[in-house]
Amino acid sequence: MIDLGPHAIFIISSYVGAFLVTAIMIAWVWTNSKNQQARLDDLQRMGIYRRSDKNTPDIAEETK
Amino acid sequence: MNANKMPSTNKPKNWFSALAHPGVFLGWSRHFIRPLIFLTLISFAIGLWFAFFNSPPDYQMGETVRIMYIHVPNAWLAQMVYSIMAISAIGSLVWRHPLADVAMKAAAPLGAAFTAIALFTGALWGRPTWGTYWEWDGRMTSTLVLFLMYLGLVALWNTFSDQSKGARIIAVFTLVGAINIPIIKFSVEWWNALHQPSIISTQGLSMPAEIYTPLLIMTLAFSLLFFTLHLVNMRAEIFRRRANTLERQHVIENAQASAANNGKGENK
Repeated sequence: MIDLGPHAIFIISSYVGAFLVTAIMIAWVWTNSKNQQARLDDLQRMGIYRRSDKNTPDIAEETK
Repeated sequence: MNANKMPSTNKPKNWFSALAHPGVFLGWSRHFIRPLIFLTLISFAIGLWFAFFNSPPDYQMGETVRIMYIHVPNAWLAQMVYSIMAISAIGSLVWRHPLADVAMKAAAPLGAAFTAIALFTGALWGRPTWGTYWEWDGRMTSTLVLFLMYLGLVALWNTFSDQSKGARIIAVFTLVGAINIPIIKFSVEWWNALHQPSIISTQGLSMPAEIYTPLLIMTLAFSLLFFTLHLVNMRAEIFRRRANTLERQHVIENAQASAANNGKGENK
């Protein structure tokens, strides 16, 4: 590791603070995404679909 | 049926509408997430290696110049994310596009986080270089206002149960708040500020390539991180809206079914 000089505490604190905020942001986005996806999958597993989807063939291929 | 493969029944009219249609968006966007994660990680690895092991100390600031490699990218993103929200607000108000609402909502908490990092690292950079953590000058104050605006918009989104109605009001607030972006940008030129002027000007770069290179790579890394998280957050918001719609629809259908059953019972 390089010598960060007399102001090392400011440099390290900046990187640690930025890392923590970034890690919390990533964790929140990822958890929220998984939760919403699981919620929607659960509803569809229970047979609950949008009205517009009920009488149409599965056209999932077009959304791929 | 997996939520990733949601069907879309309303056929979009042109290629732009096709790409921006929420159902179609869910289809194509999932292919971009893994490559974006990979590019983000590679960019951070290279950028951090440059920042700590392959860049010299500044002749004036010394080693504290390394704070710049995280401060400037986050300050840039703080403004860019708000600009994206303002463009989405126009899309929401003018074309009433549901994906514009989604983009606007998904970006707000990310913008708040990047602005928080910019303020925090700026304060820590200011202490050894200026002798103070904080000064109420134009750049710092307008960036703090930007952070408060982000928090306000996140809170505002959470107050509306009907997101499409809320989106119109929030879009207006977002556009009004966009006046702060040029204020942040030009504050160091308009007012006598402690904050240094832009590193890129019409005279070219105001720093050597050895310092500019890690800065550029770290800016790319943080920008890629934003695009990855924004995409994931937009998808989550579409899933959330669809799940809410399905739950409401299920409650209505159950109520109609029980009302019909009661009607039959009374007729007997």
